[in-house]
Amino acid sequence: MPIDQSLVGRSFPPTPSRAVTEEHVRAFAESVGGDYDGGPAPATYPIVLAFDAMNAFLEAEQVDLFRIVHGEQKFSYSRPVVPGDVLTATLTVASLRQIGGADIIGTASEITDADGTLVCTTRATLVHKGADA
Amino acid sequence: MNPGDVLETQTYDVTRADLVRYAAASGDQNPIHQDESVATSVGLPGVIAHGMYTLALAARAVATWTGGAEVVDLGCKFTNPVVVPADGAVTVTVAGTVKSVDDGLTTLALEVTCDGQKVLGMPKAVVRA
Repeated sequence: MPIDQSLVGRSFPPTPSRAVTEEHVRAFAESVGGDYDGGPAPATYPIVLAFDAMNAFLEAEQVDLFRIVHGEQKFSYSRPVVPGDVLTATLTVASLRQIGGADIIGTASEITDADGTLVCTTRATLVHKGADA
Repeated sequence: MNPGDVLETQTYDVTRADLVRYAAASGDQNPIHQDESVATSVGLPGVIAHGMYTLALAARAVATWTGGAEVVDLGCKFTNPVVVPADGAVTVTVAGTVKSVDDGLTTLALEVTCDGQKVLGMPKAVVRA
């Protein structure tokens, strides 16, 4: 099932906000073999928010997560993420094309803090292989 | 750091247990990172590491090289999967060179490989020195 072209430019509702705790930052850092002794979260930490946003998008479009492969990911920071932040992500579908039966979905998620200030923009390319691809 | 500097290559071992822990911490419970049968059903060679796991290893290398400098930009393409065996570990290698130093920002060009094959496309980090 190809993804509907009319999605391009559409923004999805902001994800429920998430409080960044030291405990979770430490669990994230340690899960990739690193350690954490306070300060900013690892540079890829905002993927937690971006993933919430992507899941909501996939659910809304009835796309199975296991048919998605990550094609590309970029983070552009305004400032580091630190424990105490309360963050939310808003996903916009930036582009969509079909290649060889796969949908190549370009997304941009803006991650903002409790004041609504932009912390980080994450851009992801998702490769969706439909059931009959 | 000066343009052209070659940074000390970092190596990291990745096991299936790591992927399970990363899935819990990141929220990405895609079964292709844990279940061989689901992975092969969608045409993958086996259980593969989350692309974001591999990029997180690249970020670890950057933090090691720069003493935890603030990351301004980080990104890559995911070009080849890192296949993680059921037993034992696979080794991911992160090499880096200083590409430019400009206006307080240092750009690092990375090369991330597994079994001698590049797994990330054009991985790059910009840090505030």
